[in-house]
Order: sequence, then structure tokens, then C-alpha cells
Amino acid sequence: MIPGEFDYHSPQTLAEAISLLVEHGDEAKILAGGQSLIPAMRFRLALPGTLIDINRIDGLSYLREENGHLLIGAMTRESALEESDIVQSKYHLLADAAAVIADPLVRNLATVGGNIAHSDPANDHPAVMLAYGATVMAAGPNGTRRIAIDDFFTDLFENSLEENEILTEIRIPTPAAGTGGAYLKLERKVGDYAISAAAVQLTMSGGTCTAARIGLTNVSPVPMRAKNAEQALVGQTLTDDVIEAAGQAAAAECDPSQDLRGSVAYKRDLTRVMVKRTIRKAMERAN
Amino acid sequence: MSKHSITISVNGTDHSAEVDSRLLLVHFIRENLDLTGTHIGCDTTSCGACTVLINGRAVKSCTMFAVQANGAEVDTVEGMAEGGQLHPLQEGFWEKHGLQCGYCTPGMLMSAKHLLSKNPNPTEDEIRWGISGNLCRCTGYNKIVEAIQYAAEKLQQEEVAA
Repeated sequence: MIPGEFDYHSPQTLAEAISLLVEHGDEAKILAGGQSLIPAMRFRLALPGTLIDINRIDGLSYLREENGHLLIGAMTRESALEESDIVQSKYHLLADAAAVIADPLVRNLATVGGNIAHSDPANDHPAVMLAYGATVMAAGPNGTRRIAIDDFFTDLFENSLEENEILTEIRIPTPAAGTGGAYLKLERKVGDYAISAAAVQLTMSGGTCTAARIGLTNVSPVPMRAKNAEQALVGQTLTDDVIEAAGQAAAAECDPSQDLRGSVAYKRDLTRVMVKRTIRKAMERAN
Repeated sequence: MSKHSITISVNGTDHSAEVDSRLLLVHFIRENLDLTGTHIGCDTTSCGACTVLINGRAVKSCTMFAVQANGAEVDTVEGMAEGGQLHPLQEGFWEKHGLQCGYCTPGMLMSAKHLLSKNPNPTEDEIRWGISGNLCRCTGYNKIVEAIQYAAEKLQQEEVAA
């Protein structure tokens, strides 16, 4: 399958990329890893008139800790997360997700920024970043601004980036003592999207859960937090009954659609199970 | 549609061409260069038959435009054997019956090459993980895993001997 025709630009600087975006408006798409965009173009689901390839811009690929945050450059490849000692040793939720995104070949090209900017509720990073309470940095003609992840995803494949903005960085708060996270995904085979997956970040103090954030993958039209499930945990000792209640809350508040991966009822119940399992794993890591 | 002058090093030889922006790397390799060892399987970024190395990393060449590879070093299955001698991975697939129809084999070989470059002595699990982006409908994978284990051992022996 051959994509439609398009003009291709490969700017060397971010400023050049932004001015190309300003010039071409909604005709233009940013090409990062291309692992979602190029298949969509080959199916003619996406027909951008202009591609702005940001792979040749220096300084958009990095992982470093600064001022209590992990900074992830937008063009950081998924495989770099798997190979990063910082991620593997301190950011367990992110490390869990990095191992199950698509397949190893795709991860060699796919980028963290692209995964988030694509804003597909079936992608793994949206739920992960919702659970972390991450911040997205966006650069446009008027400078750089920060967007809280809770305000980022607005609709199916839609987000709060302006037409002339580029996602440049993701900031994850460094987990405090007593904080643990996990990501668990059920997929039919390596490379498929999740049937359901849960991202959980918990803070425990003396056996009580003092903070909880839970993100869900592929069980809603917009990437979502399971806020009722979070509330079921906060202030509680995490007994089997409390964890079950959180699982049931997530099953009730998610909004899956029936497809070849299963019925709505199946996906809700699976979400209950995935949330419970992920809470237990996050708890182990918090202690 | 824009046209672009590109130069890509494929198996150590520079190739220059004028290409359409929408030309996929796999089509450049197969049609412009006539290197048909790189296969097209699924056409949907699922099967890994089109796997090549770009600057040493295994990627699906059906999911990259040729113009993106401008200036890169690309390795395909045609570059594996040197001086008429099979690469230890190719020898492993031969000795351990790592293929039946052979359609996935070039992609498997390139993924395995990247895996062994990062991890010269992988466990069976690590091998299965490493080739999890490559589909094989014939072998059930066991013989492919054995082939890669054979190659890992042979490459390590060669390293010790050297």
C-alpha cells in the first residue's frame, strides 16, 4: 500500500519546524517515529499534504533528572526507555510500559512524544502519564508552555496542542519515598493494542494509601483516569476488599466499546482484574 | 509532491537516487536497488519480514520513508555472508532447520543480528523476546531459537579464538 502524495520537509531546528507548521497549518503533520502515522498514511486514513520530519533536529532525544523530575525529550525512542538505568531503577511504571509497547522493532523507531501527541486511547503512554501526573511541554511561535497531562487529552486522537505547536518534552515527577507504580497490559499477541491495561501509581504511609493515580488504556474513547477507583484507595488500608472495590469502581467508570478483542462486559470485567493486579504490584513496590 | 536527492549506504555501498517523498524504504531497497532479499509480508507494520538494520538497529523498512534514511547506513540480508562464507546466523538457520518456507527468514536474521550485537549471550527467553516483532507461520519458532543459540555460541567462540 502506497501513501498519498505529500511534500516533505526535514528542518534542522525547532524554530524552523514551528515556522513550517505556521506556514502549512492543518495541512501539515509532524513525523516523529512514524510507527502510527505511516501505517495510517498507507491505509489512506491520514492524507497530510505536508510532512514535517523532526528526526533531524538535535537535542530532542534525552532522558535526565532535573529539579525533582525525569525529563524525557519528545524524540526519545521507546527502546531508549528499556535501555535506561534511570528508568529501570526508579520509574517502574514507565519501565513496565516500555517493555510492552508494540514490538521490539517498532520500539526502535517509535517515540515517547509521538505516542502521546497521537493521543490514541489504545496507546500505552497516555495512561502511564496520567498515572504519573506528568507535564507536557509544547513549543510554538509564542514560546514554550506547560500543559498538565490532566488537561492534555480532549477527545479521540485530539489534544490541547495548538495547530502550530510541537510537543517537545514530557516531565514525570520523581517518585517520593513510599511511592510505587506498575503497568500491566493484557494483549492478544505481542504488537497488538491492549484489550485492557492499567497504570497505577500509589503512595503508602504506615500501611495506609495516601495518594493514588490510575490510568486506563483502550477502554474509553479518550485516555482516562479511573478517579472513582483512586478515591476507593486513598485514606484506606489496602485490604482485599478495598482493592476489589477499586477494581469494581474502574469497571463501572470505564467506557469500552465492543470490537474483535471482546464485548463491553468482558472488557469491563477484565479492567476490574487488571486494576486489582496492578494495584497489588504497585503496593509491593511502594513498600 | 516533493522529490528528494538521497544517498544511502546499503551493505557498505553508497547509492544515490532521486526519490518521491512517499517512496517507502522497503520499495527503495527492493525496486531501486533490486535487493529482493528484504521481503514485504503484511504491509501493515505487523510481521517484520521487511526488517533491516539502520545504523545498526533493527527496524521495519515498510514503516519508514526512503528519504528518512538519507545519510544512513542500511544493512540487508544480502550483506550478511562475507567472501562466500555464511554468517554464523545463516549457518545456524541452515544447521538447525530454522526455516521452512523462508519468507520470514531475512527479517528474522536481521532482528537476530541486532539482538546479538546488544546481547551476545542471550537466554532462550531473551531470544524469544528479541524476535517477538517477527512472525513465522511455519516453524513454531523453536527451530529459530535454536538457530540463534547456535549462532550466539559460534560468534562467542570466534571472539575467544580471535
